[in-house]
Amino acid sequence: MASPSDSQTASSLIETIQLEHVPSSYTVLVGLFKDVSNAEFLQQQLLGRNSEYEYAFIDASSVISRIQVLAAVYKAITIHMSGSMKTPNVHSEIVCSLSPNNNISEAYRRFGITPSSSKHLIIVKVLTPLPAITTTTTSSSPLTPQAVHQHLFANVKGTPTPFTDEVLQSGLTDWAKVRKYYKLNGVGWLDSIKDESLRRREAEVLVLGSMALRSL
Amino acid sequence: MAKTAQWRKIHPPPPPPAQQQSEKPHEPKPETEQFPLPTILTYPSSTPPTLITQGAEARLYKTTYLLPSLPAALKYRPPKTWRHPVLDARLTRHRILAEARVLTRCRRAGVPVPAVYAVDEGAGWLAMEWIGGPPARAAINEWLKRRKEEEGGEGRAVPVTGKEERDKQLVALMRRIGSAVGRMHGVGVVHGDLTTSNMMLRPWEKGREPANGYAATGEGVGDGLLDGDIVIIDFGLASQSTSDEDRAVDLYVLERAFASTHSRAEALFTATLESSYKETFKQAPVVLKKLEEVRMRGRKRSMIG
Repeated sequence: MASPSDSQTASSLIETIQLEHVPSSYTVLVGLFKDVSNAEFLQQQLLGRNSEYEYAFIDASSVISRIQVLAAVYKAITIHMSGSMKTPNVHSEIVCSLSPNNNISEAYRRFGITPSSSKHLIIVKVLTPLPAITTTTTSSSPLTPQAVHQHLFANVKGTPTPFTDEVLQSGLTDWAKVRKYYKLNGVGWLDSIKDESLRRREAEVLVLGSMALRSL
Repeated sequence: MAKTAQWRKIHPPPPPPAQQQSEKPHEPKPETEQFPLPTILTYPSSTPPTLITQGAEARLYKTTYLLPSLPAALKYRPPKTWRHPVLDARLTRHRILAEARVLTRCRRAGVPVPAVYAVDEGAGWLAMEWIGGPPARAAINEWLKRRKEEEGGEGRAVPVTGKEERDKQLVALMRRIGSAVGRMHGVGVVHGDLTTSNMMLRPWEKGREPANGYAATGEGVGDGLLDGDIVIIDFGLASQSTSDEDRAVDLYVLERAFASTHSRAEALFTATLESSYKETFKQAPVVLKKLEEVRMRGRKRSMIG
């Protein structure tokens, strides 16, 4: 694994992911930053609706796998396409899509960025075909992936790290939190699975199911 | 996994020759073009969606979810043009949601069903985990066929009683079926259309064969043909119910379906089903008593009185 400080590989640490069954006019960029020291500043930008900081900042401790994040991104994109967003933009929609219920502020608190607890952040940027619906500024020039890379590296004070299941599972996931948020504590048979990777996979599909049936 | 698409219902149960592994997946059937894809499947993907089966209410596609490496089953309920659009949208929405809820409920409770990946009740689709392997129906029929050939293929088909050593794989599979149904009923779900076509036989992963006597690998007819976990699918007619009547009807439907598709093993099935059902479901005795009643009168309750 490349040293995270290696600047040559750094930009490859922001992944461009083409999701299945998503129009190619959408581009999804995902990066994982460890030990982020300016979470408070980043959250302030979100709260101030600073459009330059329009990202989905996801607290990595509430995440167990890549698939979980990608499922949230996918759901947010389908909601964006259908024009039925309940939050300001596709990025806030991603954070809410991680939640198993419809409480928006709770979703921000649990899955989004919080100055006190967010140490490791998964950051997602979705470049949408139309200029973002909530553009506050009149910046008509569309963002490029390169511009996103540069902006993230310049403004997120943390260590870019490959966004892989191995990294997430090497101690970033706070299982107590995940179990509470997705109500996995009462699921006895899950705990009795001895094979760890199998147990993780089963937990993952239960999480996906909870996300899919949010509100329904 | 891709190889197993051929096994699904649309293709008449398979009869694969000796090596199922070497058989190529069927070419996507022309049916695929007969129906417009749901919008969601018109967006780019690494492999084109394949129509697996077409029912009265819904179509099932094999496709991918999120990543090219993650196969998924997408169930789509197309709009019914003969219904009033508002009513149609509501019915579709309700049915998709009901199915998704039942599936997640089962899955959380550890009942072997496909996991729910994503739901768009407005657009009328539900994406689920792809379950590899043949339907139990196809596997059992193939097994019975080989057993017959082993007997010499001549003469009348003698009932399979399960007493012979070589039949222990079949008995083990029947026990897994009874146990899965018992677990499903135990969490308050009735299926509504239990047949051996609605149960997949998902191959065991290496080293993960169950060691509890529900598996019987090794000697017997047709190497490992009946190996695998039972996964119950198609909850399109399912409901959340704890009524013994509903449960008994579920068992009755399964029993009838089994009798008509695998008649040689009918008696064995009834006995094995009942005993394994009891093992996983506490209220089984009451249901089995009810089943007697249902057998006498058939699936429908009398409309008289």
